[in-house]
Amino acid sequence: MSDSSPQEVKIKDSSIFVRIGKGFANFFTKSIPNFFTKTLPGFFVNLGRGIKNGCVRLVKRFVEGSIGTKLSHLIFGAGNLYRGQIIKGLIYLLLQGGLIALFVGCPEVTGPNNVKVPIGYKALINLALKGHEAQFNPSDPANPIPASSSQLMLLFGLVTIGLIILYVIIWNSAINSAVAADVDVKEGRKPSTFKQDLQALIDGKFHVLMISPTLMAAIIFTLLPTIFMICIAFTSYNDLDMSAIPTALFHWTGFSNFGSIFTGEGSLGKEIHARFFPVLGWTVIWAIFATFTCYFGGIILALLINKKGLKGKKAYRTMFVLTIAIPQFISLLAIRFLLSAEGPVNSALKAWGWIDQSISFLGLATSGNNVLLAKVMIILINMWIGVPYTMLMTSGILMNIPSDLYEAARVDGTSKIKMFFKITMPYIFFITTPYLISSFIGNINSFNTIFLLSGGGPTVTDAIGNAYRAGETDLLVTWLYKLTIDNGDYNTGAVIGILTFLFTSTITLITYRHSKAYKEEDTFQ
Amino acid sequence: MIKQKKKYASQSKREAASLAGSYIVLTILALVWIIPILWIVLSAFRGDVGIVSPDFIPKTFGIENFKRLFTGTYYGVKYAFLKWMLNTLIVAVLDCVISTFLILSVAYCMSKLRFKLRKAFMNLTMIIGLFPGFMSMIAIYFLLKAVGLAGNTSSDTAWLNIVGLILAYSAGAGMGYQIAKGFFDVIPTSLVESAKLDGCTNFKIFWKIILPLSKPIIIYTALMSFTGPWMDFIFAKVIIGTGSPEMWTVSVGLYSIMFGKQADASMFTQFAAGCVIVGIPIVSLFMALQNYYVEGVTAGAVKG
Repeated sequence: MSDSSPQEVKIKDSSIFVRIGKGFANFFTKSIPNFFTKTLPGFFVNLGRGIKNGCVRLVKRFVEGSIGTKLSHLIFGAGNLYRGQIIKGLIYLLLQGGLIALFVGCPEVTGPNNVKVPIGYKALINLALKGHEAQFNPSDPANPIPASSSQLMLLFGLVTIGLIILYVIIWNSAINSAVAADVDVKEGRKPSTFKQDLQALIDGKFHVLMISPTLMAAIIFTLLPTIFMICIAFTSYNDLDMSAIPTALFHWTGFSNFGSIFTGEGSLGKEIHARFFPVLGWTVIWAIFATFTCYFGGIILALLINKKGLKGKKAYRTMFVLTIAIPQFISLLAIRFLLSAEGPVNSALKAWGWIDQSISFLGLATSGNNVLLAKVMIILINMWIGVPYTMLMTSGILMNIPSDLYEAARVDGTSKIKMFFKITMPYIFFITTPYLISSFIGNINSFNTIFLLSGGGPTVTDAIGNAYRAGETDLLVTWLYKLTIDNGDYNTGAVIGILTFLFTSTITLITYRHSKAYKEEDTFQ
Repeated sequence: MIKQKKKYASQSKREAASLAGSYIVLTILALVWIIPILWIVLSAFRGDVGIVSPDFIPKTFGIENFKRLFTGTYYGVKYAFLKWMLNTLIVAVLDCVISTFLILSVAYCMSKLRFKLRKAFMNLTMIIGLFPGFMSMIAIYFLLKAVGLAGNTSSDTAWLNIVGLILAYSAGAGMGYQIAKGFFDVIPTSLVESAKLDGCTNFKIFWKIILPLSKPIIIYTALMSFTGPWMDFIFAKVIIGTGSPEMWTVSVGLYSIMFGKQADASMFTQFAAGCVIVGIPIVSLFMALQNYYVEGVTAGAVKG
């Protein structure tokens, strides 16, 4: 070989599958032991060091501070008031007053059924989810009046914990600001005025201004709901159990909901025991097929469209972008109706005499479904959704492959097929590994395709013929949806959600750390 | 010499054949991709009103379905489709403005500013992003309901459902900053630094230097957040589906026509007409801004 670059590329590529395989092997032989011998002790050592340093700083701050700073430890903003920063001091004072009033005063919020649930220290006591019995209802003894709502008790408990953390943060910030004023005075400057503080927001502290809205929104609408649902996984909260005892109350159950996967105990244990591993298995198979069919399909399509000498590239590309632009609930439902028992496809097949009975392509018929056919169809239809997307992406990458790589190969008389496998594919692989990982994760959580095409069907029934909630083609995420939103099995749904998280985060950790783009960031640049 | 010539001839012949093959394969593929869409459009213009027809090409054509769709009463709401379109437009516009602002500001901070909790924030968003969104969806609904922004059924307070939906859509937007960050990463940091030496504030650098350079990513972000509410139906269904039908978005409405409580298989052609009406603005937006979209997708691929 006169030029080593194609050879080099080949060696470096050594197949992504091998590397991912090695990644998994490493995970068990190295990463896990490492975690216990190095990462975990290291974490505690660092934590200990952090706590120590924090305490030292805290004491030092207190001892060295002016009288105002010392007072700030008790009364927020005292240091600022002492240094003449009136507005800032008052804001801190107000924040402290407000939070303490909230914490001690325990204002009550009226929930459903006119129950009153407090925020504040009482909410922390309520976090035990105990001590609220339903009251006897004289007019309807079968339906006791709920004394409280566990849902709100849990929510407000979490909110109160959040407020306590907020209090500590403000406390720290108040002291810091008092120290800053001290330093200013010591060094002969005037402590910053309120106007200067505001101006800092658009310069030195610009990130505070820019990120706080997102941070607040994320805490309220993402973090809080996620923590709430994680808590729910450890409770008895589901509509079935709660309608059996009409009190709107649930309680902590520890890990029993997780144990149900193996033991099958609990009111919903049967479902999760029977269906968890089948659904997990299908989710993995689905994610692998969905990712790689769309990936290779997209690359082939991109190669076809970008072929030298082909006219109408733009028109073809536009045609495929069109399908991305159509909302999925329209295109997927259209395909579902096309393939339905009375739809055009079945009618045409009948008219041509190929079949007598409608084929249940998506497993939606009441009986006689072919599970394998439904699964294959779903994977194929998913290509319809995913291929144009990969095509768009790889088109850009194809055009950026350094042409000298091909030149060198051509001089060597390398065949086109060889060039494809030794230059094009490794290059695309290299660039798109992060995408491949994120699309694999995306496919594990791919909701629309399954929900809109098969709705999880065909149904699976237990020994006595009752349908499980999770059908043959349900993924973890559609099962989660059916459990929580359609059936109110919140605790079981939350268990599935947590396990999905553990599954996806493990995969992300392993594959991402072993991906080339992560390790050799500058190879191709 | 002759041999050589022959070789060239056969080579060019082979190339021509492979090119012709590509045309054929591409045309077949394009047909496969276009058929479902074509069929929905044909069904919408079917002359008769009713269920899924066994014919691919309808026997008669007409605009009866569109007439019924626009004047029809669904779920007890008069002119429901028009109201749903209007609702979706309001949600889309507000979500677009708020989300674009949040995404760009977070992306800029993560890309060009260095501060204490930057890494922590990035890790937090990544970890939360790995939880399935459907898990917290029901909790978000509870939360919105607790403050009266979801599940309102009376016509006086139903508009609050829309506020709740806009909040729910745009609140999580800032966490999807990665693609925009990837774009800002490519803008040379020296530009920021030299501006800083000239005494520019961070705000000014962002507003006067970075944003004018970022037209593609602004358009991509705005396009994604504007089309989001038209495309999404499942999140909207959970948040506003239980509330008054008057305040549904168009996707929830159309889905409910076919699969909801008062679903009716004979609504199929009207459903198709609705799909066409929803599809037209979205598709034309995508087509007009195709290049920006492709740029965003390509950037996303490399950055993951």
